[in-house]
Amino acid sequence: MTAVENVRQTNEGAQEMRSRSEIGARELLREVGAVLRMSEAEAAKLGQVPADPDEDQTMIINMGPQHPSTHGVLRLMLELQGETVLRCKPIIGYLHTGMEKTGEELTFLQGGTNVTRMDYLSPLNNELVFSMAVEKLLGIENDIPERAVWMRMLLSELNRMSSHLLFLATNGMDIGAVSMMLYGWREREEVLRFFQKVTGLRMNHNFIRPGGLAADLPPGWRDDVLSILETLPPRLAEYDILMTDQPIWRERLQGVGVITADEALALGTSGPILRSTGVAWDLRRDQPYLRYEDVEFDVIVGTYGDAFDRYAIRLNEIRESIRIVYQILDRMPLGDYRIQNKKVTPPPRARIDESMEALIHHFKIFTEGFKVPEGEVYVGIESPRGEIGCYIVSDGGPKPYRIHMRAPSFVNIQALPHMMRGGLVADAVAVISSVDPVLGEVDR
Amino acid sequence: MTDVQESQQPETLHGSPVTWSRGQKVVHPSRADYIKVLKKLLDDGYSMCSDLTAVDYLTHPGRELPVGVAAERFEVVLNLTSIASRDRIRVRVQVPESDASIASTFDLWPGTEAMEREVFDMFGVSFDGHPDLTRILMPEDWDGHPLRKDYSVGRIPVQFKGANS
Repeated sequence: MTAVENVRQTNEGAQEMRSRSEIGARELLREVGAVLRMSEAEAAKLGQVPADPDEDQTMIINMGPQHPSTHGVLRLMLELQGETVLRCKPIIGYLHTGMEKTGEELTFLQGGTNVTRMDYLSPLNNELVFSMAVEKLLGIENDIPERAVWMRMLLSELNRMSSHLLFLATNGMDIGAVSMMLYGWREREEVLRFFQKVTGLRMNHNFIRPGGLAADLPPGWRDDVLSILETLPPRLAEYDILMTDQPIWRERLQGVGVITADEALALGTSGPILRSTGVAWDLRRDQPYLRYEDVEFDVIVGTYGDAFDRYAIRLNEIRESIRIVYQILDRMPLGDYRIQNKKVTPPPRARIDESMEALIHHFKIFTEGFKVPEGEVYVGIESPRGEIGCYIVSDGGPKPYRIHMRAPSFVNIQALPHMMRGGLVADAVAVISSVDPVLGEVDR
Repeated sequence: MTDVQESQQPETLHGSPVTWSRGQKVVHPSRADYIKVLKKLLDDGYSMCSDLTAVDYLTHPGRELPVGVAAERFEVVLNLTSIASRDRIRVRVQVPESDASIASTFDLWPGTEAMEREVFDMFGVSFDGHPDLTRILMPEDWDGHPLRKDYSVGRIPVQFKGANS
């Protein structure tokens, strides 16, 4: 096989970035001026390459889809001049498996197994937003037992911690603090071990379901959570020594991948990227769901909108999550872990042995599924990566007519070209890492 | 909260009918008024377009729409967020099958660029004025639009694009 054929195999046609000689002012405007609200002339001026005696000054290269620092199968086309990134275009879709189409074929009870696989680093948040949307359609969102609500909060916050710990690990690895990778994975494993004990699985739990949860917390859960909460703070202090206070770390991150608040809002970004620009927008506080209005926590914001702010926000959000989990431990009520509504809840196992009706009911719920009234609803919550939303249209049947997930990474990734413009190739790695995309939910 | 507002005068916002779905506010502008209404909503403080997607109502048994809004096959759905007043609003526009196109919102919220590309890719609804309307998730030479209801599941053999065997 010749080199030319190799190149053709990766060709994505019109999705790709075109060379500078072919692009018009309109495309330049899209790439550099759209967010800044520039005129076409201004954009074209910004897009001009500095005069160079040699004619072939720029080069378009591919980074990914198999580059270890692209967090999966993200492919970036970069236009380089020397080591400076002039333009960048993310090309996605390599992990597209049609999960939204699949979701139309699964009942509302089965849907959880599908959505949990989208953002595989925060599966419980995916299940939570899906369950909340289904409950809203059913009109039972206010009838969920207190214990189920607080359990959901506990799992959601622990999941935020495990997701941010993984970010610290991969961010460290991308910047060159390779030992950080081991530490981050080690701490995350502590949380996942707890998830395994509660849900039976380390990831993709399908534990939060419409109407409540799949099971109650196992005996001894409080000690397990406490041991996580006691282990983490000294380890986080070690990270501060290893990274935050370290001059090399700061040099690599500060002032890299800067984005302003206006740009971040116009691009629709959310989560740590938006907060790094100083916009204090956290759905847990601003549109409270579950019982977040009853617990005390701070929304961490940055000032400069650079990669260091995004790192520091995530590190400190772990500390805030620890604070929230302590309050949850204090206030965890007793009671049922799922709603006792015959429509959505299968009968208890013991009843199946004694009652034929219970057996039929159980069978019906798991084969046919429960029917959800006609309507459409959008629910958004704060996942570790930003606003994860679920839009469901129901036609009155047991399967969603249309299910759409608003994936935070899908939107956040569109901010990459703006963060990378004018930076160095080496910083491109730091910028991708600081956005913390999960390609599973980008492509769905 | 009721699904349909029970007042005598139908509620409107910027000249377009408003309905309530499970306590969530929904505006139904016509395709001609679409950009005009969105501009006003942007001025009202809905500075973030959280989500843009579409629904294919081909096999849906029938949905409730306010008086004066004729049901069409496609519906483009936007979820806007206001940071200042901490609320959300939904915009639903009917797009007919015969002319599946609508104006792009790229000039209002540049962040909708990728979302509109996704809708184009998955539903075949084109956006006039979009700077780069190409497929985003599917390969460039793919036939059909997977999320349309008449695009069947499980009948397409796995394609390894451009692979030389």
